Amino acid sequence: MFDDLRDLYQEVILDHGRRPRHAHRPEQVDATAKGDNPMCGDRVQVFVRYAPDGSIAETGFDARGCAISIASADLMAETVQGRTPDDARALFAAFREMARTGVCPECGGEKFDEALERLQPLSGVHEYPSRVKCATLPWHALVAALAGEKESTSE
Amino acid sequence: MNVTTPILAPGRLDVARVREDFPILGETVRGKPLVFLDSAASAQKPRVVIDAMRETMETQYANVHRGLHWMSERTTDAYEGTRDAMAALINAPDRHEIVFVRNSTEAINLVAHSFGRGILKPGLAVLISGMEHHSNIIPWMMLREAYGTELRVAPITDAGELDMAGFEALLADGKVGLVAITHMSNVLGTYTPAERIVQIAHAHGAKVLFDGSQAVVHRRVDVQALDCDFYAITGHKLYGPTGIGVLWARRELLERMPPFMGGGEMISSVSYERATWAEVPHKFEAGTPAIIEAIGLKAAIGYVQSIGYEAIAAHEASLTEHAMARLSAIEGVHILGRAQDRGGVVSFVLDRAHAHDVATLLDRQGIAVRAGHHCAEPLMRRFGVESTARASFGVYTTREEIDALGDTLERVREFFA
Repeated sequence: MFDDLRDLYQEVILDHGRRPRHAHRPEQVDATAKGDNPMCGDRVQVFVRYAPDGSIAETGFDARGCAISIASADLMAETVQGRTPDDARALFAAFREMARTGVCPECGGEKFDEALERLQPLSGVHEYPSRVKCATLPWHALVAALAGEKESTSE
Repeated sequence: MNVTTPILAPGRLDVARVREDFPILGETVRGKPLVFLDSAASAQKPRVVIDAMRETMETQYANVHRGLHWMSERTTDAYEGTRDAMAALINAPDRHEIVFVRNSTEAINLVAHSFGRGILKPGLAVLISGMEHHSNIIPWMMLREAYGTELRVAPITDAGELDMAGFEALLADGKVGLVAITHMSNVLGTYTPAERIVQIAHAHGAKVLFDGSQAVVHRRVDVQALDCDFYAITGHKLYGPTGIGVLWARRELLERMPPFMGGGEMISSVSYERATWAEVPHKFEAGTPAIIEAIGLKAAIGYVQSIGYEAIAAHEASLTEHAMARLSAIEGVHILGRAQDRGGVVSFVLDRAHAHDVATLLDRQGIAVRAGHHCAEPLMRRFGVESTARASFGVYTTREEIDALGDTLERVREFFA
């Protein structure tokens, strides 16, 4: 009945939505920010711990939301680990393009290939304009945390 | 399930015939027949409404109450005719008590502004309930900030009914100047006991406003029998167009209330030193109104009356009973609110699946439901949920559509299992 929905709800999304690996607060939190989507009531708080060299050592989150937003937060935590804040921001720009359009032809080169492949299952949201924000909400909160802000503003 | 049988008895709604009146119901969504279960957000429009608006623009359109010419006179007659139609619909004793507004949100804001600042005193309280739409919460918070009135919230029970003892207790000190409460919850479907609310409120010296956005769609409203003081109605849920609604209020209150917005239409005379206000209701109707929409609303009122509230109420009661039974039978589905007196709005959550995911999957089958907080965040918190999916019914809803919802929800449950 929902065969055509497998584009949106790929197994990896259902799996991470159901059993997120990073849905917790790290013992040490160096930066945190909240994001919420007032239209639908989704809320997320992202926690970041930095490594001594300033890169992202660990990301965790606390979220209330749909399968898409939880899975996106979880895959985000996976893909930004070990990256510098600048790289995390660049990865978000690439991911956002993919979420909006389904593709990202010039997405920062090899550095992000593996990460974008990991995030690719979320690209199905581009066919559901009202759901794009679900996928980008945790990233907005991450970017706000990296900037030292408490709250994100999603577009 | 013989809903396509012709009229069986007087007062019975023939849903197949009703559906022919709504052009949009012939549309398909994602290749599937449209199953529109989101009428509580906004109802679809019958052809008579569409035609009335188009004919107005094609044959007799001009501004109202202004031009001394044929077109303006025709349009004014048609526009003012809606005031009479609405007065008849809700049994208002005086057509001048019908104030045109954009929607019930504006009606409530009008009362908050004009009655709130003109008649309520700072230090007096406004009493709402725990199942209000944001449109009946925020105007009173704004009044509190600007004017120093208190805001009280009457509790509701786990069944989603007004806690009458809690309600009465909040009136006991005599400080409540206005009770502002929904007549039917847009989330729980609960009808509030309107007559009792009015009796208790009046006994404590408080006026009563009902948010009738949902109620007037589903059952006959008689403002004289209710004995309330204000009643807010929006046209677009009543099968009429957007942009037109009505505030009904007792004339003596309207006379005492200062204007809401200033401009043309609402004045009697103007100089730079002073202005005098037009008679009620025009005092509250600044600017060129929603003329075409008002004329559309009259057609919608006529349409509802042609079916009859008895038939509408019986049809929706049968659908609601069926929906409650069908959805309750699905493992993992939890319905919010079990009020004794309820209408055709059913909110639910599904274990392991977020309401937005549920709505997206239903949409793939052409089934339109609302998902989210339904502009009632405090109520969501009361029931410990972030959001729900909501199916709501109208005159054109069939049992088969509810069965389609139930069957699809079972698939959704398996999808997220």
